[in-house]
Amino acid sequence: MEILLLIFLPLAGALIASLFGKSRNAKIVAFIWSLLSLGVSVYLLSVFNPDSVAPQFEYDYPWFLEFGIRFQAGIDGISMLLVLLTNGLIPLIILSSFKHDYKNPGAFYGLILFMQSGLLLVFTALDGFLFYLGWEAALIPIYFICGIWGGENRIRVNMKFFIYTVFGSLIMLLAIIYMAYHTPGQSFGLQAFYNASISPTAQGWVFLAFFLAFAIKMPVFPFHTWQPDTYTEAPTTGTMLLAGIMLKMGVYGAIRWLIPVVPLGYNQWGPWVLMLSIVGIVYASIIAFTQKDIKRLIAYSSIAHVGLIAAGVFVWNVQSLQGAMIQMINHGINVFALFFVADIITRRLETRDSSKMGGIASVSPQLAITFLVVILGTIALPLTNGFIGEYLLLLGLSQYNLYASVIAGLTIIFGAVYMLRMYQRIMLGETNELTLTFKDIDGTEKLVLGIVCVLIIVIGVYPNPILHISEAAVKTLVQTVEARINGLSTTF
Amino acid sequence: MNALITISLLALFILYLGLFKAYKALLPVTLLGLAGAFALAVSEWNSFPTPIFSNMMLFDNFAIAFSGITIFTTFLVLLLSKGYFERISSNVAEYYALILFALAGIVLMVSYHNLSMLFIGIEIMSVSLYILAGIKKRDFSSNEAALKYFLMGAFSTGFLLFGVALLYGASGSFDLEGIRNYIVSTPKPSALLYTGIILILIGLCFKVGAAPFHFWTPDVYEGSPSLITAFMSTVVKTAGFAAFLRIMLNCFAPKQEFWIPVLVTIAALSLLIGNVTAVYQQHFKRMLAYSSISHAGYMLFCVIALDGSSDNALFVYAASYSVASIIAFGVLIILQRQTGNDSFDSFNGLSKKNPFLAFTLTIAMLSLAGIPLTAGFVGKFMMFTRTLATYHTYLVVFAVVNAVIAIFYYFRVIVAMYFKPEERTELIVPAYYKIVLAFSAVATILMGIYPHFIAGLI
Repeated sequence: MEILLLIFLPLAGALIASLFGKSRNAKIVAFIWSLLSLGVSVYLLSVFNPDSVAPQFEYDYPWFLEFGIRFQAGIDGISMLLVLLTNGLIPLIILSSFKHDYKNPGAFYGLILFMQSGLLLVFTALDGFLFYLGWEAALIPIYFICGIWGGENRIRVNMKFFIYTVFGSLIMLLAIIYMAYHTPGQSFGLQAFYNASISPTAQGWVFLAFFLAFAIKMPVFPFHTWQPDTYTEAPTTGTMLLAGIMLKMGVYGAIRWLIPVVPLGYNQWGPWVLMLSIVGIVYASIIAFTQKDIKRLIAYSSIAHVGLIAAGVFVWNVQSLQGAMIQMINHGINVFALFFVADIITRRLETRDSSKMGGIASVSPQLAITFLVVILGTIALPLTNGFIGEYLLLLGLSQYNLYASVIAGLTIIFGAVYMLRMYQRIMLGETNELTLTFKDIDGTEKLVLGIVCVLIIVIGVYPNPILHISEAAVKTLVQTVEARINGLSTTF
Repeated sequence: MNALITISLLALFILYLGLFKAYKALLPVTLLGLAGAFALAVSEWNSFPTPIFSNMMLFDNFAIAFSGITIFTTFLVLLLSKGYFERISSNVAEYYALILFALAGIVLMVSYHNLSMLFIGIEIMSVSLYILAGIKKRDFSSNEAALKYFLMGAFSTGFLLFGVALLYGASGSFDLEGIRNYIVSTPKPSALLYTGIILILIGLCFKVGAAPFHFWTPDVYEGSPSLITAFMSTVVKTAGFAAFLRIMLNCFAPKQEFWIPVLVTIAALSLLIGNVTAVYQQHFKRMLAYSSISHAGYMLFCVIALDGSSDNALFVYAASYSVASIIAFGVLIILQRQTGNDSFDSFNGLSKKNPFLAFTLTIAMLSLAGIPLTAGFVGKFMMFTRTLATYHTYLVVFAVVNAVIAIFYYFRVIVAMYFKPEERTELIVPAYYKIVLAFSAVATILMGIYPHFIAGLI
């Protein structure tokens, strides 16, 4: 039952927030409500047993039995981390929007909370149909957030984003239906999917169908073309939701619904996907070099970082998966902070062009320090959060293929170069007319960046508790898949 | 059976009310009568396992479910009609009576057990609709719609009748069971049977507006008064498909390998033509007309994946499509009446002034586009699931591509309402409309999140 509370609490908050309509209080209500959700997930964490591999707090209700669909949800270590990320990041995202006066705040914050419900459903669903439902329920609010509160080109860009993702998810729906029809009891349950025996060729097709949806969401090269435009045109809050949490749906989907469901399909296509991910890392890094628009630069850097996470998932060993898990959290925190800093700067200077900036550090030292910490976390300096994640990812990659890990490792060097260059352009050098009157961060800005910096350093120094949460679940998952690849390939 | 009698008597009674100029009583009496007919239909659930009236009709659960949904949808459409016909002319009673006669024909169409009853049902419905399409006597497009509908309708009924005659020639029976027995027992049936099946298919595809027999739909849908279009694209379409499925399920099922390739082609064509043409439309009503062709394609899936639960799939799809269309047409009527325009641009900024209208219309568009958490998704999901189960994988992948195309035009409305701010005057929404729109929106969401109560009905 706890899990129902977890999933539907934000939905109730969405209704309440939307009642506030045009009143400014909507943001405060939404913030308090998101803290409630955070409280629920902290409570769940406190009673969660990380050493057990079975889903905990499981809830199972015969929902749509004509088609073998159950409302089945539960949390294991992998889900737990993503639930924490979602419920931890949403209050920060809401807090970071306090300086904005979005028109019609009731609807705005209502949609954010609605989306939170959808995301939590994705991360806890143990039924394919439910997973798909959550997948789309998270998409619809962000469509409206980007469409109503976005920039000038929002309509065209938003349509592209929506068409892309819906196409991917409908193909995934077909794969889910196909899987359900090939389970013994025609069930949509995750366990039934794991136990279904399908021929290797069919597994290859199902793999591709699932992968398309996840690849578009993450996004993996060459399915990324919607992403920079959407990130740039969306309101900053929407960008944070997309980059901080929503793209983790794709990674999570690959870990939970792709590789364990069709291990033989993974066996066929895994190397190709790995190659795509690594190409994406290099490609996005190179483009990021040339970006002057700070939001676009962060968008491309996000493609590169997620490419590394995806590569880690698709080599599928314990180290790389653990790295992917913790790196999802880190990337969520860091990319949120980067977009927030970008937002602080653009709000004051009314431009995103970094070549017009410079010398902000000398007029706003607090921003300079916190921004530096965030940048260091992003480029994975030791003792910051990015380090442990990228280290584990590269370690896992090197066990699979040394060259792959070397090329993927370039992301750290590239990242350092373009991130530090961005920092230099914006913060260092001489102040000019535009930046001379730059006001230092205050109030909620200070609070949010302070929290983020603490998180970056704490996770960087002591990541063990987080790694421990997902360890047991990851290990079992890796073992089952390996056993099935070995076992199944002999049965066919 | 009682429902059919009630509706027929009600229509006559309405005519008399008109004769005595009791105009105020027309709508309440009609609604009351329909509510009674609905209750009577539902009360006969599970009670007529065998054909009645010398095997002419069979009120099985299939018939009752589809009678119920068509009566109910008519009820909703008529709720929107308050004050509608009065603007057109003073012969209001006749319009209500004609709609009721059409409904009587529809109840026949979903409960026939004999091909002659199918023919009579289709004719009763069609003749009423020919008149209803042309009730705006001084309006050219209304006249055009009526004439086109009549010519095309008569033409297609010809095909149907010819097919029925050939079937009789082959099997010596008009009875569904008789023909089925003939098909099952004759290993090499005569060529008359195959020709007959094809002709009946063509006739029915004309009626439901599936491509390539769809040419009449855009003009007829656009030219007819919007309320009549709403009736045609919900109730009449549902009935057409119920009649279609009934004959396929009870009669031609053993010859599946013969007609399934034909229907797969028709379904694919309907999806493609309907969707692609709808993308290029600039007017909401015409877009709905083309989109109804593509929905005909989706509904054909239940015939292609023919088995015992086809009727459930069709029922859910038809119900979801009907309630969503009612919202769309309800908003269309308000918009046309108050702005005289139904281009996509006339929706700009609607969310500011009429948040309720914009919200319900958004739900309807999401449902028609098949986005999850709405009824339309459950309908599409059931169709896709069953069609995949019969290994028509290519068709389903094709349908998915088309579902994505459909997003373009359905979302244009949402984009206009929410993303394109524009100063406009507030539209006045009558109370009746509010009730119907709110009910339909709630029903759409309910069917979307808890499909169990409707999906296992038949």
